[in-house]
Amino acid sequence: MDINLTLIGQSIAMLVFVWFCMKFIWPPLVAAIEERREKIADGLAAGERAEQDLIKAKEEAAGIIGEARSNALEIVAQANQRSNEMVDEARGKASSEAERIKAQAHAEIAQEIEQARSALRREVAAIAVGGAKQLLGREINEAANADLLEKLANEL
Amino acid sequence: MAAEKQSTGEYISHHLQNLQVCRVDGSWVWNECAGNFWTINVDSMFFSVFLGLLFVLGFHAVAKKATSDTPGRFQAFIEMIVEFIDTSVKETFHKSSNVIAPLALTIFVWVFMMNFMDLIPVDWLPMAAHAAGIPYLKVVPTTDVNITFGMSIAVFFMVIIYTISAKGIGGFIGELTLHPIAPPLKGIGIVFAPFIIAFNFILESVALLAKPLSLSLRLFGNMFAGELIFILIAILGIWQLPLHFAWAVFHILIVTLQAFIFMMLTVVYLALAVEEH
Repeated sequence: MDINLTLIGQSIAMLVFVWFCMKFIWPPLVAAIEERREKIADGLAAGERAEQDLIKAKEEAAGIIGEARSNALEIVAQANQRSNEMVDEARGKASSEAERIKAQAHAEIAQEIEQARSALRREVAAIAVGGAKQLLGREINEAANADLLEKLANEL
Repeated sequence: MAAEKQSTGEYISHHLQNLQVCRVDGSWVWNECAGNFWTINVDSMFFSVFLGLLFVLGFHAVAKKATSDTPGRFQAFIEMIVEFIDTSVKETFHKSSNVIAPLALTIFVWVFMMNFMDLIPVDWLPMAAHAAGIPYLKVVPTTDVNITFGMSIAVFFMVIIYTISAKGIGGFIGELTLHPIAPPLKGIGIVFAPFIIAFNFILESVALLAKPLSLSLRLFGNMFAGELIFILIAILGIWQLPLHFAWAVFHILIVTLQAFIFMMLTVVYLALAVEEH
């Protein structure tokens, strides 16, 4: 338990180890730790920024979807309106066409009736003239009696 | 147990005997060195330097490859210690210094490793050494008062150097002489100034010398007592097993705590040396 040279040896050993630690151990380790700390801080900041971006993007997407939805509704409404209009138009066209066809048919019918009537009248006049010819036994001067016959035919 | 021939007292004193070498009359003498200052405690010195090299080379291997990417397990462990020391030092030592933190790291890890030798069962290394022809072997360097004093004296000189570099020679002398009672420097009271300065000097010198003394004796006392109890437990035969285990568990605390206290007090003393009052 004496104090001896070991004391000085230990002091020297300690100074050497401390010097070595100061020179070659402490600086690189602390530098690495510090650098990693910065990296982690950057990473955390980037993560936070990404989260913010994500929230913003989600909001944007929701806005776009809402707009698209309202656009779609509008388009559907327009299409409905347009189809109604088309149906109405077609219906109008069809009914006017039908009217037209009906009127035409009526006109044709009237014309035919008229024709038939005039033909009939002529025939009746011819028959009447024939009957009268036979009754009279002679040729009636058709030209002389033409206006008479015409009057007769018109009366029928 | 070491040998049947030994009595209990011989066993204990054998365990507390350093392997020594000294120079007497131009020749090397082993283990006959009582009272000779020019003696080296070979075992203490060997384990101290061996553990110091283990610390230095182990940490250096990590420091060389240290990157800021994902650290390996060992690097993470080393960095944990480094950060622990760094925060402890920063809390205590407020000026910036390139020396204090590495000094604290060296002291903490080195003293911890030297203390940790205490947890190796007391007979293993001495008996192995005995088989190899080495008569004495004390494996725990911090149970050697020379080792603890060696470190505390290095710390003591650092404290003085730091005081002088921070406050100048005059500041250092003033620190020793002008506290705690400020001597009167003018008027009739100046007659008393020499007495007051002498009183202050005695008081402050004791305070200054008490720092390395308490630092080393605290560590030495704790480790020596712990080692002695391990030796006493080893005498008990089969009952040593549970007792040894219990004491070893408790001793882990002492080992770590004493290393931390030695480190922390060193930092505190150096912080006091550079701080203004």
